[in-house]
Amino acid sequence: MLSHRLASRSQGLEWPAYLQQRADEARDPLLKAFFAAGCPAPETPIGEAPLVSLDLETTGLDVQRHAIVSIGLVPFSLSRIPLARRRYWVVRPSRALSDTSITLHRITHSEVAEAPDFGEILPELLEALAGRIVVVHFRHIERPFLADAIKARLGEGVLFPMIDTMSLEARLHRLSLWARLQRWMRRPPVSIRLGDSRRRYGLPDYQGHHALVDALATAELFQAQVAKHYDAATPVGKLWT
Amino acid sequence: MDAEVLEIRQHMGRFPPFEALDDELLDEVAGQVEVGYFQAGSDILQFDQELHELCYIRSGAVEVRRRTGDLYNRLGEGDIFGHFSLLRNHRVRFPARALEDTLIYFIPEALFVRLCEADEHFSDFVELERPRLEAAVEQHKKANDMMITRVRKLLTRYPVMVEASATVQEAARQITEAQASSALILDEPGDDHDPRHTFTDSQDRPWRLRGILTDSDFRTRIVAEGLPPDTPVGELTGGRVITIQSDESVHEAMLCMLRNNIHHLPVLYRRRPMGIVHLSDIIRYETHSSLYLVSNIFHQSSVEGLARLAPDVRIAFVRMVEEGANSQMVGAALSTIGRSFVRRLLELGEASLGPPPVAYCFMVNGSMARNEQTVVTDQDNALILADDFDPARHDGYFASLAQFVSDGLAACGYPYCKGEVMATNPRWRQPLKVWKRYFSEWIDSPTPERLLHCSIFFDLDSAYGEEAYVEQLQDLIAEKAPRSPRFLAAVARNARNRTPPLGFFRTFVMEKDGKHNNSINLKRRGTAPLVDLIRVHALACGSRAQNSFERLDDIAATQLLAPGVDAKLRHAMELLSMVRIRHQVIDLQQEHEPDNNIEPENVADSERHHLKDAFQVLSRAQKFLKYRYPIPGPSGRDH
Repeated sequence: MLSHRLASRSQGLEWPAYLQQRADEARDPLLKAFFAAGCPAPETPIGEAPLVSLDLETTGLDVQRHAIVSIGLVPFSLSRIPLARRRYWVVRPSRALSDTSITLHRITHSEVAEAPDFGEILPELLEALAGRIVVVHFRHIERPFLADAIKARLGEGVLFPMIDTMSLEARLHRLSLWARLQRWMRRPPVSIRLGDSRRRYGLPDYQGHHALVDALATAELFQAQVAKHYDAATPVGKLWT
Repeated sequence: MDAEVLEIRQHMGRFPPFEALDDELLDEVAGQVEVGYFQAGSDILQFDQELHELCYIRSGAVEVRRRTGDLYNRLGEGDIFGHFSLLRNHRVRFPARALEDTLIYFIPEALFVRLCEADEHFSDFVELERPRLEAAVEQHKKANDMMITRVRKLLTRYPVMVEASATVQEAARQITEAQASSALILDEPGDDHDPRHTFTDSQDRPWRLRGILTDSDFRTRIVAEGLPPDTPVGELTGGRVITIQSDESVHEAMLCMLRNNIHHLPVLYRRRPMGIVHLSDIIRYETHSSLYLVSNIFHQSSVEGLARLAPDVRIAFVRMVEEGANSQMVGAALSTIGRSFVRRLLELGEASLGPPPVAYCFMVNGSMARNEQTVVTDQDNALILADDFDPARHDGYFASLAQFVSDGLAACGYPYCKGEVMATNPRWRQPLKVWKRYFSEWIDSPTPERLLHCSIFFDLDSAYGEEAYVEQLQDLIAEKAPRSPRFLAAVARNARNRTPPLGFFRTFVMEKDGKHNNSINLKRRGTAPLVDLIRVHALACGSRAQNSFERLDDIAATQLLAPGVDAKLRHAMELLSMVRIRHQVIDLQQEHEPDNNIEPENVADSERHHLKDAFQVLSRAQKFLKYRYPIPGPSGRDH
């Protein structure tokens, strides 16, 4: 894991090379194929890049103690989010489901009991992600939980470029000069949670905490962010981390 | 594992035309949409681009403009656009732009086509071939057939029910306690039970309806026969119980009672008793019909008596609308009622002033002449006197008579005409020859200004007296008007003075210049300009009809309008009239004074779309007037 993280530090420009290297080294054929699909070159305009919005619902925030319960994704582009190609899986978590997470995700014990293990849906999941830039809201859930779950099943973790709509929001609202001035004046910081961020772009309120709905909500938010603050010609290398 | 896209499905399910889709189709639509975000000011559809999707606004607002840049429509959450292009040549005719940050759901064409095929409501909504307006009017007509008043409407409470083993005294006590006049007698079903009269109660207990015990039974079958108070009621029943199903009409219930010579009729839903109707319930119901009201008018012997009937007019009006009458039925009934007031007032006036010194005709104008009255209406009338009328000797009588009628009408709920179009105005109390001169002057030397206030006289009918006088005037108009292009041009210009709005946007009325208003006077901006427009064509084709629908029949027989336009005008007229009438009913039900205003928040989604269509029909037809009846040049001769 550590070595992977080091690779990601070098400002995104190394991503294609990194994925190529992993493809060469991977022992598992699934992972080999996934890495071999690679990612677009950093200078690719975002308007031309194939994207996929991903959301995981987990039993908690700590990758050591909690596990994935559901996965929602929808491939998309800057102009369209085709719902017909959406995917959604409920998986049996390797760690117990607490009552609070039940009420949060609206997934019941029985639903989970009948659900497959993450390993069973992994081939489909990797296929859906392969070759696309993954868009998430708050990558510090999706990245470690995916890496951990895959490592537990295949013996090797994964790491790939992601666009994080939350950090794009943070760049705009938390790191700007204006935002720093506001903080200096002790104004409460602008919320960059998914729902609050969406409202700033006139996007409707969705019921959160359903992996598929959140994936759709994230894709819409990204379309809105690019429309408002970037443009279709922005190179992907400026957006991914 | 596939997940339903509830967020999308629930949203679409709230808006027409998706609201009427069955769940399975709706799920499919929700699962197939493509989502796209558009920043305020950005183009969604560009002119002439190819289009293979229907667009649905999930949030935000969209402005649709004509190619010329004129505002065509402004749409909000839940509205659709692009269907015209899909149904035509797949080219965008009206470009669309995001007015606010907007989220669009795109529905693929293949699915759109399937929805049109699978769901009639959906295809009616979007299709061009069978315009939405026509479908809306037709649907109302269909509902009308089904909305004959059911007998269940007369039921106000559940029936008193006693077991057959109870004594007649116990039964009498229960009937008295319930302040009823009859009770149903029940027992447990035996082996030989008639399945038609067995039912189960809410505790799943089976019962058999044995009979009915009425007030008169206590007299004729108990007291007169000397039966003791502890006689079980079961002993009094026997024979067949006559009942009626709750969805039968009031009329059928009445016939059933007359046929069987009974005054109480148990009403069943399937086999369960729902109540008992009494003959008096039916009579009370019938007295609120407009027919009864008219006969009641003629039985009044004073203005005070007539004035007391004013609230009944409103009750009859509300009931007609609730029973699903169309605008022609409502308009004809209300005009008949109004004419009856006029006639009765003239009879009473003549009775007190003595017989008229010369013959006369009491002429009604405006909506009463057209048979298009509602409950919000002024009095518009005039007197046509015989040509041997001598003002010095006779006018005192007619001035008094006119005053009597006019005051009487005001007392009966028909306010004085603000424009003084009343027989009390000496100018409109003239012999026939003067009236002929009036009309000749209006037609031969017209100016729009001069005609502005007299268009109301071109709707004219006789309410009482010498009908022939009005007929002569109608003949004169029918003869002269079609041959006077200058007159037609002048009335056509006046008919374009009042224009409809573009439609609705959220809770506002949207004007053509994009401005917003909080309410709209549907008479001033809808029915009245449409009536004016129809009148112009009717004058041009020499029609003697007064009613707008009848005028359209005459117009349709000519080449004045392009094929199919008359049907569109008819549907627009029906729709605008009905919306206006329904909003007056809402006012009355909420105990407000009814008016011609409608507030956008009271307009249902589907009604908004229909109104918009009707406004569009009116607007186009108004523009056409200019070309059809141009102002002739200075050298223009009548021909």
